[in-house]
Parts: sequence; C-alpha cells; structure tokens
Amino acid sequence: MRVGVFICHCGNNIAGTVDVKAVAEAIRKIPGVAYATTYMYTCSEPGQDEIKQAIKEHKLNRIVVAACSPRMHELTFRKTVEKAGLNRYYFEMANIREHISWIGEDRKANTKKAIDVVKMAVAKVMQDRPLYSSAFKINKRVLVIGGGVAGMQAALDCADGGLEVVLVEKSPSIGGMMSRLDKTFPTIDCSICILGPKMVDVAQHDKIKLYAYSEIDDIKGYVGNYQIKIRKKATYVDWTKCTGCGACMEKCPSRNAYDYFNFGVAPTKAINIPFPQAIPKKAKIDPNYCRHFTKGKCGVCAKICPTKAINYEMQDEIVTEEVGAIIVATGYSLLDPEKLPEYGGGRYPDVISGIQYERLLNASGPTAGHILRPSDHTEPKTIVFVSCAGSRDKSIGIPYCSNFCCMYLAKQAILTKDHIPDSQSYVFYMDIRSPGKGYDEFTRRAQEDYGVKYIRGRVSRIYPKGKKMVVKGVDTLLGSQVEIEADLVVLGTAVLSNPDAAHLAEKLHISYDTFGFYVESHPKLRPVETNTSGVFLAGACQGPKDIPASVGQGSAAASKVLALFSKDMLESDPAVAKVDINKCIGCLKCVKTCPFQAIKDKELRDGRIVADVIETVCAGCGVCTSTCPCGAIQLQHFTDNQLLAEVNALCLA
Amino acid sequence: MANKRYAYYSGCSLEGTALEYDKSVRLIFDALGVDYIEPEDWSCCGSTPAHTIDHVFASALAARNLSIIEKMGLDTVAVPCPACLMAFKKAQYFMEKDETFKEKVNELLDEKYNCRVYAKSTLQVLYEDVGLDEITKRVTHVIPDMKVAPYYGCITNRPPKLAQFDDPENPISMDKILSAIGVEVCDFAFKVECCGAAFGVPKKDMVNRLSAKVISMAIDAGANCIAVACPLCQQNLDLRQEQINKTTGSNFNIPVLYFTQIVGLAYGYSPKELGLDKLIVSADNFVRSRITKEQYEQLKQEQEKGKEKDVKKQEIQEKENP
Repeated sequence: MRVGVFICHCGNNIAGTVDVKAVAEAIRKIPGVAYATTYMYTCSEPGQDEIKQAIKEHKLNRIVVAACSPRMHELTFRKTVEKAGLNRYYFEMANIREHISWIGEDRKANTKKAIDVVKMAVAKVMQDRPLYSSAFKINKRVLVIGGGVAGMQAALDCADGGLEVVLVEKSPSIGGMMSRLDKTFPTIDCSICILGPKMVDVAQHDKIKLYAYSEIDDIKGYVGNYQIKIRKKATYVDWTKCTGCGACMEKCPSRNAYDYFNFGVAPTKAINIPFPQAIPKKAKIDPNYCRHFTKGKCGVCAKICPTKAINYEMQDEIVTEEVGAIIVATGYSLLDPEKLPEYGGGRYPDVISGIQYERLLNASGPTAGHILRPSDHTEPKTIVFVSCAGSRDKSIGIPYCSNFCCMYLAKQAILTKDHIPDSQSYVFYMDIRSPGKGYDEFTRRAQEDYGVKYIRGRVSRIYPKGKKMVVKGVDTLLGSQVEIEADLVVLGTAVLSNPDAAHLAEKLHISYDTFGFYVESHPKLRPVETNTSGVFLAGACQGPKDIPASVGQGSAAASKVLALFSKDMLESDPAVAKVDINKCIGCLKCVKTCPFQAIKDKELRDGRIVADVIETVCAGCGVCTSTCPCGAIQLQHFTDNQLLAEVNALCLA
Repeated sequence: MANKRYAYYSGCSLEGTALEYDKSVRLIFDALGVDYIEPEDWSCCGSTPAHTIDHVFASALAARNLSIIEKMGLDTVAVPCPACLMAFKKAQYFMEKDETFKEKVNELLDEKYNCRVYAKSTLQVLYEDVGLDEITKRVTHVIPDMKVAPYYGCITNRPPKLAQFDDPENPISMDKILSAIGVEVCDFAFKVECCGAAFGVPKKDMVNRLSAKVISMAIDAGANCIAVACPLCQQNLDLRQEQINKTTGSNFNIPVLYFTQIVGLAYGYSPKELGLDKLIVSADNFVRSRITKEQYEQLKQEQEKGKEKDVKKQEIQEKENP
C-alpha cells in the first residue's frame, strides 16, 4: 500500500495558523505513507496536476488531501484521483481548515491537532475499498412548489424545455405576492399587467399541471424518483363545473370574511374569487365564515349557482404524483404589525402595512384605487412611511435587512403624489438601500422630483391625536426630535419566512437557517442548489429578494433541472448500506428503523428471510448499522473497521 | 396564592414623598389576604445615583437587601417602586449571568447573596398572584364618574429582558385591575412615555414639557384622573401641574393617584387611611361622588326605569302626533 498525502496551505487560510511543513514531516513517518507534501492551493489546476503526477511517479494507490471541508472539494479531488486511474473511493479528505485553522489561534496546538486529523484520514484510506456506482433511470418530470413569480418562471422554463411540470400552489390562485402589487419599481410598470399574461401562460401550457389550493402532504424517494402526495384542500365548489361567473359571490349574505388576498384591508364574502385576474378563476368557500358551516343554514350559493357546482360535503383529496426533481419556490410572509406595539400596529386603523397600502393604491383593490384612510374613508394629505419596521432590529429577533422595502416605499411615495397631488409624504429611514440597476436614481427621483421628504432616523412611537396620527422620531442628521402629524402611516414591515417553512424543509430533507429561510448549497457558487440532490430553490424562500432576483432564480433553478434531466440515467451513490447475508439473522429491526423505507425483507432460495437494501433509496444515514444486533449491515465507505481504524489512529498514538 | 409569604420592600420614597403609596399598598394587601413581612434593617436600593457611578457598587446596594430577604427564607419580594424593582432585577440578572461580577458584588457585602430572590412589582403580585377575580370580589364602593388614564411610566415594564412582565410598549395589567374594580379606563396612548423622571432638578423645563405632554394626552383621551405606579411619576405629574400652568398658560387640574389608592377607594377605605390628603391636586370630588355598590345598583335600576318611561312617553307622543 502506498499512500500519498497532500497538505494544502489554502493561501494563508491554513498555513497562517498551522505549520503545514511540520504536519507533512510527521505524516511522512507513518508506515505506508510513500509520499507527503504541501502545496499553496491544492484545488487549483497545477495543484490537481501535482496529485496526478505524484500518483504516477511514486506509484501511489491511496490519496489523502488535508485541506478544507469535504463539502467544499471532496468531489473535486475524487474526480482528480479517478482521472489518474484510481478508484474514486481510494480518497480521503482531512478537514484542517473549518475544523482547525479557522477556529484556533494557537499555532502549536493547531499543528498537533492537524497531525492527528491527517493520521486518522491515513488510517481510514488504508481500510478503504473500491466502490462502483450503478446507473438508474430517472423520471423526467419536475415538481414546482409555490406559484408566485419565481415558481411560475421556473415552471414555464422547465415546460418550454420540454419537461412535464407539476405546479402546486397553496392559495386559491397563482400569482403570489406580485399579483397583489400595484406597480413595480423602478419602471412603474403595472404589476398585474406584466404578471397576468405569465399566469395565463402557466394555465394554458399543455406541459404544466396546476394544483391550486393544494399543499404537499408527503415526499418519498430520491433524486430522479420522487413520490409526492398532494393534498387538494376542500373548496366546497366543484372546480370542474365552476365557470367563475361570480354570481355566488354577489349573492352570498356573509359579508365579513377575512380577505387573505387583500391582507384584510376590507372584508370579503364567505364564498369568493380572490381577484379578477385569478388563475384558476374559481370560487371557494371559507368555512370559518360561511353560514352553512357556522350556523348550519343558508345555501344561497347552492341555489344561485347556474352549474350546480357547490358541494358542501367536499373533503380534502390526496393525489400522488411522480417526479424526478423538485423546485421549491414558497416565497415569504410579512411581519404582523401587531408585533410592533410602539407603532400601534393593529390598534390604530390608520397605521397600515406596506402591502395593505399597495392594495389601497390598486385599481382592483377594495377602494378601486383611491387612497382612503381605513378609519373614516377620507383622503389623507400627509402620509408617513416608516422603513425597517421590524427589520434590522435584533430586539425582536430580525437582525437582517428585508431587501426591497426601501425601494417599494419610494415607489409608494411617488404613486401617492400621483394620486393626491397636494399631498406630502415623509419617509423615515435608517439607510437607503438601493443597489439595483436604476434603483438609486429612482429614490433620488422620489426626493427631487416628487418632493418626498426623507428623514434619516427611526420612529420611536406612533400615537393618535384627534383625527391625526402623530409620528414621533428622531432626525439624526439634524440631531433633533421630530413629530409629524400624519393622516396615514405606512409601515415597511419586515420580510419573514413562511410560517410552515421549517415543516416543508423537513419533508424535503433540506436545511433552513434560524429565520426559516432555506439554505443554498453554497452562498456564492451554488445559489439555487440545496445539499439534497434533486431539490432546488427559487425566490424569497431562500431569503428576501425582489422580483428580478426571484425571476432570475426561477430560471436558474429550471436550467439546473434541465441539465440534470439531460441524461437518461443517473449514477447512484455507492456509499450505502449493504447486508452480509451470512451474518443476517432476519430479525428485521433495520426495516423498522430505516427513516427512508429503504430496507425490505427478502426470502433466500433456502427459505431464510434476510434484510435487503434498495440501493437507490438508501440515503446512507447509518441508522440501520447501529440498530443491527450482529453487525450484519454495514454502511459502505463507513464500515465499522474503517471507523475503528480512525479511532485507533487517534487513541493509540 | 394561599400560604405564600412575600417580603415587602417599600423603599425610601415610600417613607417620604410617596407615603400614601405605602399606606394604600399595605391596606389592599391586607384586604386581599396577601401575607407580607418587611425585612429588618433594609437600606436604599441604590436608586439612580449609584448605577450612574458604578455598576458593582449599585448592585451591591441592591443585593444587600436581597441577601437579607434570602436569609429570612423568602423567595419573592414585592416592590411598589419601579426604580427599586429595576435595581433588584438588574443586580439579579447580572449576578446570575456573570460569575465574576457576582464575586465582585459579594466582596462588598457582609452576607453573600446567592441569587435566590425574585423581585416582583406590586402590580405584578396583584395581577398575576392575587388575580382579577379576587380583586373584584372585595369591591364595596363605586366611583361612577371616574375616568382614569393608566400611566405605567417608562420602567415599570422595561427593559423587557429584565422586567419579564406585561407588554413593554402597550402594557395592560393596570388597565385590567382598574376595570376589575369597576372604574372606566380610557384608551391612553402614552402609557409608557417618560415623565422626565429624575431630571426635575437639573432640567426642570424639560421635565415640565414631558409631563405636560403626558397630562394633556390623558385629558385628550377623556380622562379626569391619572393612575400611576411610580413615586417619581406621581410627583412629576401632580406637583408640577401648577408650574406647567404658570409657564405654558395651560389650565391643568387633574388628580394623579396611585392605582392602589383607587383600588382602596373601591374597597371603601377612608381618604385619610389612603393618604389622599397628600395629593397636591385634590381628588376630593371622587370621594364625594363615591357610593356603595348597593346604592349604585339602585341608581342603575332607577335609570333603566327612567329610560323605559322615556321610551313609553315617546311611544305615546308618537301615537298622539303621528
């Protein structure tokens, strides 16, 4: 056995706090190590070439690279050793960057620890066995979760690329947050005018199967072969019969239902079509407000419906779809203004959120596009916009910037001047964040051409005084306190992840951060991939982002799926569990503990029952190996012997 | 609630400028069966001056008292004054969090403090431990025309990390207690605005300005009385009304009572017992208009009969002149 060890400086990342030369020297003394060296950047092209050359020159047959985390470059180096003719599993990576050099300042201690870690890797690589992947067929259909602008873009791009798409949207219509917006910055394009046609494209595309008002119930399988259970929530209206005529909505006597589409700006009917451009344009009953459900009598809609589509007995329905990849585009939610008691959110009707103001501006909103105060339906003349309402505020657990509020508040201030020429708008801000193309010019236009007064400082309190709302804050540029008597206050409330984001992440086996936003595979280089192969991200579910960024990610995720599906077969990961049928006693405890249902019982020719691993389903978690009472099931590349060799290398030294 | 014994730390203000706060707290604690005992040889909590100079010293002054209470075998101290309360809570918080800080504080003390005493405001004891139902049960009197603005002041519930009670921006505990004894509570936006606090001496004008805002907001909210839970708030709002009137030309004349005094009035105690004579702006009108619950019920019935009569009269009139 001839092991070659390559220790990376990683510029100063490792060499700054680890004596890499000393590590190489210590490792060279281990029996079996034929070659040990250091290199500035092992991952670079010359670095990889050096590995290949050393394999030839020194007849190496096992390779260890001591560098960064295997998450970063394990795949890179596996390819390198494969190109030099070795099996890709004759390779081990020792993490001396994230686990050592980045976390400790003590050079001596770091060097000692690095030597230990590399020793362990050497011990392991000596025990490694060659493994070979097998190929399996993939299902070239894609599931898109979320029908906002990011999800729609992803669905359309996939469908145009020839893939069959299953699009699942939890609300009754696709369109997402963008369908609620009045205009978009910085061009003041009408939002629904540019989104509407896209929504129609989605509805009419023969490759896209749309499940509106549906949610993901369960996800089984692996990249290439997923089984998805979709819950079609009961609408109490048979959508195959509903024509979207709206007669039911007109006649419904229950007028106080919460309007989710309009964020509660005004009430809606218990049976409703969310907005005129809704897709699908179908009615749905809200059982919390419908008199048939709350009082047990009514039935007006059933009588009025010309196609007899109303069905009060409807139940949720579960359907199964099979796909090969998943794009997650579940979007975001907004901070409830009630979480900001100092601003009186929820207590004072004339303190509203930005998205509610958007609905007041919109021609198809509850006020038909006239800006009217919720309290007395008069036209406000002084409007105060408060940015960072919740964002960048550690005290309420939202330390991050919500990304697009600076821009939409500037837009709303401009639109306010257009709607009410004799109005005066104020914007309280911490910093104006407008780094996009044409964005800074836009905020300047608000100030210079539209006379919007920008006050740099935070608002401490909002309170009523007669019919006015007093906004009390500080002007940090003048160093003085400010009080503005406003008719209407608009809060740029913080962007949050969806309340059920964590729940879905667990079904998908993808990671999420402290705030519930999904974590991409690499923040710079793999922005739409997740660490679970076959699952991709698009839009604000990954972090607050505006429309162009969401659309860009939607397309990017689609291109990743198209690339994945360009092959007919995928290679399976051979680092999965394997049963030694000679040792297996057929207790089948592993079948019960496997979280992926990857183990089944199998009858041998002699009638004996043993456990059998379905290679493509096994995720290589190792739960079965610790369950097995007789050590018959072993995780390949992480066998007991291989792991014990590492422990011995550490403890016997 | 039953059998729990509290230490009661009145603090320096309640021996002087806020004597009536002390009187009224003790009366209603007795009325509600709250078992309390005053620790012997207690000293000043450190108040504002101590923590502006040195945190260890300030915490030592507070912890000295907590240590006495700990020795008495009690785990909760009821504190009427928010400044004392925060002094205790701050000492507790930093000593629990930081072992070296705790050692430094304990070095200054004769008896080491082991951080086993929890400080609660009188408001919190009444709201959480006694409960609104008990508070309502004991009511004997009604003040029909009292409209109160509950003013919590800036530190009763803040900072939230220390206070751990009620909402820091829109507290409701005092509102609920006052409603529970049958007083009309106004929707008041300045519940936690600052009255100017201890700046009364170095920056009198500023304190007058801030106190004036609180008072005028209470009047705008329709209140004819302000309820407080802090000696300094009471002093600024009550004592300074004349000063404010002189300098700004306003015409404020609104009584500022401790919320415990209002509860005491509803429990039938005499103005003397409750120390109402200590107020600068007189609250005599409420004493005069105070009636027993029975009288109030009778009054209400009569009013309703009157209403019925009116309705009948109207009906007759309508019939006569259609």
